[in-house]
Amino acid sequence: MPQSRQIWLARAAQALVLLVLALGVAWLVQHALGVLRARGVRSGFDFLLQPAGFQIGEGWLDFDAGQPFWRAFLAGLVNTVRAAVPAMVLAVALGTLLGIGRLVPHVLLRGLCAAYVETLRNIPLLVQLLMIYFALTQLLPDATQALRLGQGVWLSKSGLSVPWPVWEPGAFWPQALEWPERGDFNISGGAALTPEYLSVVLALGLYTAAFVAEVVRAGIQSVSAGQVLAGLALGFSPGQQLRVVVLPQALRVIVPSLTNQLLNLTKNSSLAVAVGYPELVSVANTSLNQTGRAFECIAVIMAVYLSLSLLITGLMNRYNARVALRGWS
Amino acid sequence: MIEFRTGRAALITAAAVFAALGLAQPALAGKTLDGVKQRGSINCGVTSGVAGFSAPDTQGNWSGLDVDTCRAIAAAVLGDPKKVNFVPLNSQQRFSALQAGEVDILARNTTWTLTRDASLGFNFTTITYYDGQGFLVPKKLKINSPKQLKNAEICTQSGTTNEKNVSDYFRAQNIKVKTVVFESFEASFKAFFSGRCQAFTTDSSALAGLRNKEAKNPDDYVILPELISKEPLAPVVRRGDDEWFAIVKWVPNALLEAEEYGITQANADQLKADSKDPAVQRILGSSDDTGKLLGLDKDWAYRAVKAVGNYGEIFERNVGPKSVLKLPRGANNLWNKGGLMYGLPVR
Repeated sequence: MPQSRQIWLARAAQALVLLVLALGVAWLVQHALGVLRARGVRSGFDFLLQPAGFQIGEGWLDFDAGQPFWRAFLAGLVNTVRAAVPAMVLAVALGTLLGIGRLVPHVLLRGLCAAYVETLRNIPLLVQLLMIYFALTQLLPDATQALRLGQGVWLSKSGLSVPWPVWEPGAFWPQALEWPERGDFNISGGAALTPEYLSVVLALGLYTAAFVAEVVRAGIQSVSAGQVLAGLALGFSPGQQLRVVVLPQALRVIVPSLTNQLLNLTKNSSLAVAVGYPELVSVANTSLNQTGRAFECIAVIMAVYLSLSLLITGLMNRYNARVALRGWS
Repeated sequence: MIEFRTGRAALITAAAVFAALGLAQPALAGKTLDGVKQRGSINCGVTSGVAGFSAPDTQGNWSGLDVDTCRAIAAAVLGDPKKVNFVPLNSQQRFSALQAGEVDILARNTTWTLTRDASLGFNFTTITYYDGQGFLVPKKLKINSPKQLKNAEICTQSGTTNEKNVSDYFRAQNIKVKTVVFESFEASFKAFFSGRCQAFTTDSSALAGLRNKEAKNPDDYVILPELISKEPLAPVVRRGDDEWFAIVKWVPNALLEAEEYGITQANADQLKADSKDPAVQRILGSSDDTGKLLGLDKDWAYRAVKAVGNYGEIFERNVGPKSVLKLPRGANNLWNKGGLMYGLPVR
């Protein structure tokens, strides 16, 4: 068979598969909508413009029950990011230290790092999350007996309350600081990092750090021993060997795997619903129940996570292009 | 040849996808009653554990008011109250499970609201419990009305009418509160009892059970007398099957009528044999055949009462004085005893 004919055949087959797949998806959607209609179930995304009617406990984006559902979803998304980003920083920083720690000559330190990795990565994240949450809510003092850590800083079951600037409506700069105060039965005012938020960030960060540690370790070990010896021959100190010789080469191995870990972390943040942190899935669950639009709410969750993940992948790929070996593809 | 093989694999995949689509015919929900009879059992959607309404014991035996409703229907339809598969559903799954036909009845302390009735493709049948949303608070906070909960944190479960009611109530009162919303009921009350929130809110029927069963010291907590919402709980069926709708609607009515006319689990046999009261005769099927009109037989209501007792007995056993909840009859008393329970006439 001539080569060109083979290529043509292969392309035609691929196009056919794509067409069939598209038709299949279209048929499934059409069919599902038909069944829903036949059973008298309302469908469509029009509910996004209706007032949500429920509250969102905490977050960067102020949300009032009178605002529409789409804004509730947005507030949920902002809360997802609010938890995922600090957790990523924690995971990468701690994971890098742990990964390096697993390779140091010091036996005790190496053992501790190994123990951390093997313990944390082998216990389901949900279990760890609940464990941290219930430990926090059990151990912290009641809101009525909040610990005063300093001027306007309180620690209690209501979380860590700190002073927070307040904006007048329409103003660009904050006018004043709002100080948390001890009320009749809890701390009010200021900003609070709730136990829900703290446990989500901690659980996601600590768990993912164990995986990042392995990625970092693998990356460092992928650099051939000759490179380290060369560094040694040039008179570099162990720290310099790591910084100047090993890490730049290790990053080429680390970054692609690290991207996977960051994606996992972002998606795992959906477990936060278990401890009452109002992130995207929590908001979507509530919306789903208030409106009964199961398909639509799940579709929103999928679309948002897909976009978030693609965004992270895009950013990491750009970084990867910078650290990758030039001239190799 | 690699290209050619890829091409062939793709064609096979395409064929498989086509075949799968062809086979995936819509699972048309046939007549529910026929399905139930063929299967020999009723699939009843319940909670995964709300004391008094539907909860499994350590041996996996279900009990509760909603559970008894399903048992009564099984007795009326299949002649055996044991022929029920209880399907535990969380509040997020429940509506999809009924829509998809996974359950025949949803008896999962579900509040009858316009949105649910009009937009989910459901019919609510008969109210089996008049509930209202209440608050549980630690006694030491010395709160006696929800209005004093300014700036408080309130624990509740997501995906319930409760979440929205709290928000509505405090908005109307112009009081700022913070809700902490958990996916599971267990997590929500555990967080409250660990002191995370200053108040816990759910249907008041569940509050008593929680306080008695879950609190380290039940006396440390009080249930506020004020209720902030109406929660009429009713079994739900899919729309579009009027025959099944009628059955699920009339069995609870028959149990209410049975209470009104003094028919109990204990005296049903004797009354069936020698009662002269035409109403009693009609309910127990010793005169008119009301069952035929529902697609059942003459003894349908007799079997339902025989299986679980009349409404009053069900109430007393599951949520009333004989249960851990010890709830007063209140709004759930019969209409002629000062309550709202008005059994439609079985005739």
